Amino acid sequence: MKFLPIVELATKGPVFDCRMCGQCVLHSTGMTCPMTCPKTLRNGPCGGVRDDGHCEVKPEMPCVWTAAEGRSHHALMPNSWEDHFSELHPPVDNQLRGSSSWLNLITKRDKQFPAGWVGRTMADDGAEPADEPRSALGEVDDISGLDQGFHERTSIG
Amino acid sequence: MSRLRQLAESRSRPIVTAEFPSIDGGNLDTVKAKLDPILAFVDAINATDNPAAHAHASNSSIAIALKMLGAEPIMQVVCRDKNRLAAQADIVGAALFGVVNVCALTGDDVTAGDEPQARRVFDLDGPQLVKVMSGLAEGRYLSGRKISPAPELFVGAVENPFGPPQHYRVERAKLKSDAGARFMQLQIGYQPLVLESFIAGCVANGVAARTALLPTVVLTKTARALSFMHDNVPGISVPEPTRARIAGASDIPEESFQLTLELARHALSLDGVAGIHIADFRHDGSLARLVSELNLSVSEPTDPSAPSDPSDPSEPNAPTAR
Ligand code: SF4
Repeated sequence: MKFLPIVELATKGPVFDCRMCGQCVLHSTGMTCPMTCPKTLRNGPCGGVRDDGHCEVKPEMPCVWTAAEGRSHHALMPNSWEDHFSELHPPVDNQLRGSSSWLNLITKRDKQFPAGWVGRTMADDGAEPADEPRSALGEVDDISGLDQGFHERTSIG
Repeated sequence: MSRLRQLAESRSRPIVTAEFPSIDGGNLDTVKAKLDPILAFVDAINATDNPAAHAHASNSSIAIALKMLGAEPIMQVVCRDKNRLAAQADIVGAALFGVVNVCALTGDDVTAGDEPQARRVFDLDGPQLVKVMSGLAEGRYLSGRKISPAPELFVGAVENPFGPPQHYRVERAKLKSDAGARFMQLQIGYQPLVLESFIAGCVANGVAARTALLPTVVLTKTARALSFMHDNVPGISVPEPTRARIAGASDIPEESFQLTLELARHALSLDGVAGIHIADFRHDGSLARLVSELNLSVSEPTDPSAPSDPSDPSEPNAPTAR
């Protein structure tokens, strides 16, 4: 392990139960790490939450996403998390597992998403599949500015 | 165009969908035997994807079989068992056989099933899978690689209006609707007032208008079925008075049917509901009886301006179940 990941784990580990996914979203979940969700959901809570707000998988554990949703309406920080909570978070980039999210934040590596996620095809990016077998990454600064789903047909209904 | 899509867009009459029973062995005749009793009473049928985390004949194989047998399948895709590559391959592959309707689910955890030792995948989650499906429909994989011609897909999702935090479920429905879900099957529930407030929220935020909301009712025959769901199925709770009503009835199968009928009538009476999804645990012809007592007809949808709504949503059906 390099230096930065060690420092990040040493500080975030004990407080937030950090799992070193390399793409920290604590800022939009009211400081609850979603990677402690047994299903590692990035957009929770799932439909299995128990009546008492505890996790479907671990009855003794409060559902992290239900807790996060509660904390997103924090009295001392009005609106700060609330607005971000219902954003559609992109799929985890498994290449970043174990790397420092702080470094990825500075280098903007955590802002790069598969071209298809940001509504582009490789052809748009000048990388035809034949030349470029790997996923074309598009960089997006603010995911809240992204179309959530249909890009060409957003106006259905 | 799929019938489900046609009805979801036109809302010319209530939509009826049903769950297809799991298949574990046999051949196409085995599938046909399960299909025959329900085919005439539904618009589209769910080909499930390892429901309750038990392995069965796969979602894509059942969806293709249903298609071959003249039914319109809704292929469920859960996030638990396959990563983003496999999920996309299944959808694009099934589309080659004319499987158009696809429905994204996060999926019960492996611990809900009979192989709790299995590795859980959840490479994507439910809302992400909806968006990935929308991308496929537009002719690209998540990677950005082009699919030409683009598969014809009609994308949907599920939501649990009864799961905590209940006030947030409306937001979550919107998240999936924004991601491209145009139909949404709702979790089984026995709390009509909770359903009512969820639907009202979806009407207020615009989800109900562009996404066809389909509450689910389940046909049961015994008191044990209700307690089993209450105790064992993640995300389902059956209030104690409801369980007591069934357990104390003199004719339990009939009382169970009446409960389902009341819940279905109530759901269909709500402004913003586009139809009903039926899970049948009885397999005794009750599905046909339910559809007929609800006055639902599932004839080929024609002119949206043609005959009036047969379910008569204005009929006051006060739910007695709580
Ligand atoms: S109940 Fe909450 S913590 Fe448990 S799997 Fe579902 S979203 Fe994750």
